[in-house]
Amino acid sequence: MADQTNNPIAFVADGNIPESPPPARETGVVKWLRENLFSGVANTILTVLSLILIYLLLKNTLPWIFNGVWNANSLAECREILAGKTGACFAVLAERWPQLIYGFKYPVDAYWRPNLAFILMLVAFAPVLFFDLPRKLLLFTAVYPFIAFWLIWGGSILVPLVALIGCVVAGGVFQKFGKNSFAAGFFGAIVVALVIWNIGGALIPESASENAWLSPVPSRDLGGFMLNMMLGVTCVSLSVPLGIALALGRQSNMPLIKWVCVIFIEFIRGVPLITLLFVASVMLAYFFPPDSTVDLFLRVVIMITMFSAAYIAEVIRGGLAALPRGQYEAADSLGLDYPQAMRLIILPQALKISIPGIVNVAVGLFKDTVLVSVISMFDLLGMIRGPILASTEWNGVYWELLGFASLLFFVVCYGISQYSQWLERRLATDHH
Amino acid sequence: MSTMTDPPKSEFRLSMLINDTRYRSLTFQVIAAIVIALCIWYLGNNLIQNLRAAGLNISYSFLGDSAGYDINQRLVEYDSQSSHARAALVGLLNTLLVAFLACITATIFGVAAGVLRLSNNWLVSKLMAVYVEIFRNIPVLIWIIIIFTIMTAVLPAPSAFRGENPSSSMLFDAFAFTNRGAYIPRPEFANGLFSSTALNWLLVIAFLIGSWFATREIEKRATKKQEETGERPKTLLLKLGVWLVPFALLMLVMGLTWNIPELKRFNFSGGINVGGPLIALWFALSIYTGAFIAENVRAGIQAISKGQTEAAAALGLRQGRIMNLVVLPQALRVIIPPLISQYLNITKNSSLAIAVGYADITATLGGITLNQTGRAIECVLLLMLFYLTASLLISTVMNFYNASVKLKER
Repeated sequence: MADQTNNPIAFVADGNIPESPPPARETGVVKWLRENLFSGVANTILTVLSLILIYLLLKNTLPWIFNGVWNANSLAECREILAGKTGACFAVLAERWPQLIYGFKYPVDAYWRPNLAFILMLVAFAPVLFFDLPRKLLLFTAVYPFIAFWLIWGGSILVPLVALIGCVVAGGVFQKFGKNSFAAGFFGAIVVALVIWNIGGALIPESASENAWLSPVPSRDLGGFMLNMMLGVTCVSLSVPLGIALALGRQSNMPLIKWVCVIFIEFIRGVPLITLLFVASVMLAYFFPPDSTVDLFLRVVIMITMFSAAYIAEVIRGGLAALPRGQYEAADSLGLDYPQAMRLIILPQALKISIPGIVNVAVGLFKDTVLVSVISMFDLLGMIRGPILASTEWNGVYWELLGFASLLFFVVCYGISQYSQWLERRLATDHH
Repeated sequence: MSTMTDPPKSEFRLSMLINDTRYRSLTFQVIAAIVIALCIWYLGNNLIQNLRAAGLNISYSFLGDSAGYDINQRLVEYDSQSSHARAALVGLLNTLLVAFLACITATIFGVAAGVLRLSNNWLVSKLMAVYVEIFRNIPVLIWIIIIFTIMTAVLPAPSAFRGENPSSSMLFDAFAFTNRGAYIPRPEFANGLFSSTALNWLLVIAFLIGSWFATREIEKRATKKQEETGERPKTLLLKLGVWLVPFALLMLVMGLTWNIPELKRFNFSGGINVGGPLIALWFALSIYTGAFIAENVRAGIQAISKGQTEAAAALGLRQGRIMNLVVLPQALRVIIPPLISQYLNITKNSSLAIAVGYADITATLGGITLNQTGRAIECVLLLMLFYLTASLLISTVMNFYNASVKLKER
């Protein structure tokens, strides 16, 4: 002790030495580069290879895109304007825009109708997709299919009106009787709807559509990207309820119902969509009454709906299987009968689990709608491969057209999958 | 004294069919059976009436008739005089061929992209993410057409290989890539042990399978030795020998020669012609499905908790061995089931061959044969039957494999 006090202390630190800055290679951009791009020999090689790949891609595509010609009437004219430079001929998109979007037979003066139907579709989907919106908007969603049908196909307004009345009355019947017995309400609603549709159909005069306010457009005149959108939206909306029914049927403990559903699902999942489209185009007509004419669009919708319903059923079955048994038992112990238990307890949870899977099926289905070009319907791809590439003006502009089609599908499908990820985060009620 | 009353004699009332759970499911099933029977009767009745009106009947005798059309790409003997059944067989084999090839390459693409997407190289993982998103979000039919167009528009015509200073030349003087497809050398046996080529090839395959079993035996012995002594004997040379020596001997004995494609008047002849449609379909299916497999692989690897990797590292395993011995065996359990459905998807998507003119079963049986004979119902039914059988077979085989790698609990 004494020693220390006697020795004069040469240095006392009365503060911290100021921190020296970290080495240059451990900060900022350099650190990020070192860690993420050049952390080893192998990584450096990979980085360089990727850079070369990106450079080659950009070198070949950028001049092509930026030199693009937007105003020309044929490929030859495009080449004249380009005068030997590499460049795209986007003029084909500008000139054939209506054909790409609406097909080549849809009446030109009626283009506003699908446009309006498309905008209204966004409005109708909004409350379904974003449930913060007021619930009353769902009323419009319920009416939308009838409006859209009338807008796109035109003809007498009486047809969608009768269909709408049938649905409304059926809904009323279900509300009234469904409270006591689900089965009574359900089958009652179906019977009432059928009766109203038949009576209404008989009352509509044959000539009603001839001098209708919106001129009628036959189904075979639909085409272009509009056809893809219509097939996708219709079939997905129809196949979700059918898929739920099939999934419940497959889970049922009634052997007959169960096996019918199993066979249906496995059969549809075992064959490619294209064979089902062949069925729609060449075989299905044999199964309708001899004097009836069911148009190709409807036949295709039937087959695609069956196709996606089988896949959606499997997704929902996964959701049902993922629910703990306790949920089923809890529902039973509350004294709920089967429809109540399903509607109030099981399905809301099972569907929530199934949302990503259902969206995957929906995206896949939307992409698969281009297959209808194989059975000579003129959807977007059918238009490109048929009338446009075969025309003398535009024979040979593959990349612009195929690139445009790819872009359209990419935007829609990527958008849907991003929405589904948002929804998953939104619906997550468990805490991590 | 307690009096026991008999439970009320429940005589059967009609309302019990609906209200009593004992009978209700029976009632529903009877109703369902009646409804289904009515539907079938209605559809069948319509079918019979329509067929009668069109003067048709259901018969498969057309399969024996001469087909009268040519098929370029074929694995078995076929000419335009052959029957429709033979044409369907050619198509069937073509479907299996392209599906098999695409399954292999799609797995390679998918595993590579899936692993690279998890790489800690930022650029590479982003590139792979772009690849996956682009290919998953654009229809496969568009990809098939794009790649077919690239092949026909970018690759040189056979005539470009002609002349003193040809604008294109053959790779190693043996491979020619033209817009009509690729021409590659064909191995032939000068003095095969059997008279038929197929039997000779079977012999080669038998030798290879034998080598595979031998290598497995060597591995087993090495492991046994390692467990006894702690030292693993070096087996690389031995394995190479087991693969190469018998194979080389067999080739020598059978006199292997290569039939190299040569440029004749209009086109190449000799060698194997791998048609453009086949290459386009093969490549498009593999790269498209590869994007899906990449996502499955990524999900599978990410499903293995970090603790497993760290525990393996704590045991002193090297990076490669951690992947091989710890992560992959566990990840495979997660990856295999979705992989099976991707293989099924490839098989089903191969039916899009019809868009580029590859003669698969949809194009022969469901396309030309259907249009020539007008036998829509029979052709479509046969087509569906084939795909259904193929799907069921693939999923059965794969389910067996799945069961063998499944986690074995008590």
